[in-house]
Amino acid sequence: MSEFALLTLLIGALGLVALGIGGLVLSRNLFRVVLALALAEAGANLLLVLVGFRQSAWGAIAPIIESGRDAASLTPSMVDPIPQALVLTAIVIGVGVQALALSLAIRAYGAYGTLDMNALRARMETDIDSAAGTQPARCQHAPAGGRPLPPISAGARRADTPGTPA
Amino acid sequence: MAWADLVIVIMVVLVLVAACAALFLKNLLGAAVATALVSLGVSVFFVMLRAPDVALTEAAIGAGLGGLLLALAARRLGLWRIEAQEESEHAGGPAC
Repeated sequence: MSEFALLTLLIGALGLVALGIGGLVLSRNLFRVVLALALAEAGANLLLVLVGFRQSAWGAIAPIIESGRDAASLTPSMVDPIPQALVLTAIVIGVGVQALALSLAIRAYGAYGTLDMNALRARMETDIDSAAGTQPARCQHAPAGGRPLPPISAGARRADTPGTPA
Repeated sequence: MAWADLVIVIMVVLVLVAACAALFLKNLLGAAVATALVSLGVSVFFVMLRAPDVALTEAAIGAGLGGLLLALAARRLGLWRIEAQEESEHAGGPAC
């Protein structure tokens, strides 16, 4: 494989990662966020396998040692197998992560009826405020100040407070 | 330019166009299909890079199972529309 082809593959992998991260940051639809995550993951996998690519003057061979062949003479033109093994695992884990993200998106859609990130955030803030019994935040830089900490049990609070008879 | 170089250039262009389609298509079902297409193109690169096992896994798990998951989730989320006009006639709601 020529230098030109390897450079083209590098540009493709970096482009996929860039497009994926850009979509991850900039898109507002939850479903498209999952799609961008899958794109970035494919680009990262391609980049990892590309790093492990090696070749000698007569080309590269897959990292499979056949019986009867001399392993030491084969090794210099053999592709590095360790990134390949890692990427093999990463592909399967990536599909698992995708399934988890999709199930969370389905749950959020079932609870709030929308997939738009801004609408979701607004409804969650309203929910938290009504559950905590506080006023809604005035602006982004002044969040709701009276939002209580997680509930402390009565016994622990009495022991911590000075001057209170136990 | 060798034959393999030409194939790689064509596939890189195709994969990047499919990635842009996945991010910018209005139809989210089409975007999911474009994501599966990106996985298939990347599996061709794995074959070129002498990683046949990774290519098999990427084509079967990444494109097949991942695309199936995305399509099922799209149906569950109410994004399953093949044609935009037909849907807007029936439902009358705004396209999201």
